[in-house]
Amino acid sequence: MTNVQLQKTIIKWFDTETSGFEFTEENTEFLTLTVSKEKLHEIATKLKNAPETQFDYLFCETGMDWGDNLGVIYHLRSMELGHEMVLKVYTKDRDNVKIDTVCDIWRTSELHEREIHDLFGIEFNNHPNMKALILTDEWEGYPLRKDYVDPINMIVK
Amino acid sequence: MEIETKNIKQPNLKDRFKTEEYMINMGPQHPATHGVLRLILTIDGEIIKKVEPDLGYIHRSIEKMCERDSYQQIVHLTDRMDYLSSHINNEAVSLAVEKALQLEIPDRVKVIRTIIAELTRIASHTLWWGVFGMDIGALTTYFYGFRDREMINDIFEETCGARLTMNYNKPGGLMFDIHPNFVNRVKDFVAHFKTKLPEYDRLLTGNIIFQKRTKGIGFLTKEDAISFGTTGPVSRGSGVASDIRKIHPYSAYERVDFKQPLYHEGDNLARYKVRIDEMWESLSIIEQLIDNIPEGDYQVPTKAVIKLPKGEYYQRVETARGELGVYINSEGNKNPYRVKFRSPGFSNLSVLNHISVGSKIGDLVAIMATLDLVIPDIDR
Repeated sequence: MTNVQLQKTIIKWFDTETSGFEFTEENTEFLTLTVSKEKLHEIATKLKNAPETQFDYLFCETGMDWGDNLGVIYHLRSMELGHEMVLKVYTKDRDNVKIDTVCDIWRTSELHEREIHDLFGIEFNNHPNMKALILTDEWEGYPLRKDYVDPINMIVK
Repeated sequence: MEIETKNIKQPNLKDRFKTEEYMINMGPQHPATHGVLRLILTIDGEIIKKVEPDLGYIHRSIEKMCERDSYQQIVHLTDRMDYLSSHINNEAVSLAVEKALQLEIPDRVKVIRTIIAELTRIASHTLWWGVFGMDIGALTTYFYGFRDREMINDIFEETCGARLTMNYNKPGGLMFDIHPNFVNRVKDFVAHFKTKLPEYDRLLTGNIIFQKRTKGIGFLTKEDAISFGTTGPVSRGSGVASDIRKIHPYSAYERVDFKQPLYHEGDNLARYKVRIDEMWESLSIIEQLIDNIPEGDYQVPTKAVIKLPKGEYYQRVETARGELGVYINSEGNKNPYRVKFRSPGFSNLSVLNHISVGSKIGDLVAIMATLDLVIPDIDR
């Protein structure tokens, strides 16, 4: 399916609802759908299971700090149908960041979410093993956040 | 005198041989992990119950460093990830920047990049083959693999001065033109390797001990291969057509004729066969291109300070291990706002627990070898 057809299909699912999701026009090759964190798990499940979309392959999961918002970007592909799209979710709360996990939908995200947890401090609800993966347990702060202070110039000199 | 035995209590054999689970650390310093990977194993006797990777022993936060660097500098960080696919990693960033700038790249550059990428793939697979044999106890393969890899490294050395971390690519083309000897030496190598590759099969593939260690072990279904995000030979051993060179052709892959080897058994042997077949395909790609390197420039001039237009860019390439994705988020400055490397090793590692639970601890080494993990690629 082309991006336009995909967009039409997804809009049809939510014809009665108008809040919680929007398509964003950005300078990118992918169709980008931004969803609220309450709707994330529901929409992700639908994208995977619906016969017309079948997004069964999460090929990239990126943590992101947009300054005001923290969030996650999901790059999706359907191996069967060959189309691709991007799902984005963000939250304004920077101190107590909680987003639903998608590792019951795409199992690859189990490690990706642990990495994002280390580097961005995003907690994933219902994740089976939310432990430190890359950094040590004693590490303070979240290195990839934009407001991270690096007192001993460990990373950026 | 007869001993009264009926009053002596016989120990219950079940109690005596009662087993219990225990934990054991494999790594971070272990010869079979080929790097600083630590696996926390839960085992019951010889049977694996759980494998939990603990990463970070070679984490350098390359993504954070990228936010400080210019786009030309980022290229040089990438060959410190998967050092066996260094040229292909460099190519990924170069292609992403070129795509963002909408640069028209000369045909000569595309063809040379493709030839060297395929040589890199062969070098990586020969090393993997040699080390795989060594991991399961056949030391000879190591010397055969390194003998052939040496010829490729010599070609690289003559071309750009480096044997491993090449830095031959840059946004806009290549650092310098190819050496006058390049074409002849590559042809020599292809002729040489065509006689040596059947030797690999004779030496290892048909060996009965090797077959016992690989057949039916580390089984991965097609659905799980997709769900766990495995790519490269790991997923193609389970029948997933995941080759980025076919799905999103880049450089000169559109103009060459090659197959992506697919096996549906999903075990160690299938993943092994995919890599052997890939070496034959790489040879064929090189043969198709080596006589027809177009004349022209080896780079197009770029500005000294590259600023990408505001937006998000995603570029994928097929390294020797699978799909490498580069995500660049630019705000229009000379530094990127955020760079993410979707490395093939990281996703391939996530399947390790799933496919090794229930097998013997000795098989874990064989399974890890067929995943072909490069640890700096996982930690980044």
